[in-house]
Amino acid sequence: MNSTAPIRINGEPREVPPGLTIRALLTHLGRDPDQPGVAVAVDDRVVRRALWDETAVPEGSRVEIITASQGG
Amino acid sequence: MTDDRTLTDSPRLGTEADEPGTADTWTVGDLTLRSRVLLGTSRYPSLQALLDSVDASGTELVTVGVRRVDLSETGGATLLGALRDKGVHLLPNTAGCFTAREAVLTAQLAREALETNRIKLEVIGDDETLYPDAVELVDAAGTLVADGFEVFAYCGDDPITARRLADIGCAAVMPLGAPIGSGMGLTNPYALRILREILPDVPLVVDAGIGTASDATLAMELGYDGILLNTAVAGAERPPQMAAAMRHAVEAGRLARLAGRIPRRLYAEASTPEDGRIELGP
Repeated sequence: MNSTAPIRINGEPREVPPGLTIRALLTHLGRDPDQPGVAVAVDDRVVRRALWDETAVPEGSRVEIITASQGG
Repeated sequence: MTDDRTLTDSPRLGTEADEPGTADTWTVGDLTLRSRVLLGTSRYPSLQALLDSVDASGTELVTVGVRRVDLSETGGATLLGALRDKGVHLLPNTAGCFTAREAVLTAQLAREALETNRIKLEVIGDDETLYPDAVELVDAAGTLVADGFEVFAYCGDDPITARRLADIGCAAVMPLGAPIGSGMGLTNPYALRILREILPDVPLVVDAGIGTASDATLAMELGYDGILLNTAVAGAERPPQMAAAMRHAVEAGRLARLAGRIPRRLYAEASTPEDGRIELGP
């Protein structure tokens, strides 16, 4: 088994430990998973926050992590 | 002696049907609002200038964008926290989306992140005009309304598209006055007037193009329920002062609309009565 898995996060290629859940991925990225105002999509599908503990990020997937920004 | 009819006392304007003193509110989606100013949160010289402008405008509903988290920063959420502290409602947008697919996913992410069903739906056609792509817009609006969203649809001033958006069940139809950020004002008030006439019961908001206070007044005089603006305030030399101007302009235009303006006529009509004029001798 590989020690890292390639995924794309916000458009950038990354190597992360395989089998991470979304919550674990956010922690791995140095972010607080309980911070409000953040949403995650994996391969163009939103993953509800309630499912972050049980949803693994598949190898090769595209992850988008978004928040509110200035906007008109 | 207190003056309870000052312009800053916006809820007490009265309406066409109601007795004086009844709050002049409007309802859009599940919100009932007193302010008719929707304010964007982008391009202010500072966060403080934005927050001061929110206060000065009296807005209760502000737009925010949806963008990738900057993974090089662990902080963030300053904007969101500050807006929540103000107690304003959030209207996330799909700015920058060119296709219905992008817009739908962006809206779904916004719903998850901000816990609101409201979405300002922007599906643009090109970078030069930022005009809406009517085909993709109507497609996305249908998908989002079916998915339970309250869709605030940014559109052109074409009555056919506007009616389609209303028929789909959009919470608000928001035609542009002029291209986004152009400050050109309401370039086709006649088209905007037609929209108001054919869609008397749908919340209508002039979105984009407003440059200064008189543009906001005109929108309200045309019978619009509100205005959405950003650059006119954020790009002004003194944003909070312009935000206050917009608040008063909207109130003035709304009052004028409710008061019922006189018809335009080509020739003069004397305002001083003819009777009792003096006569000179021969």
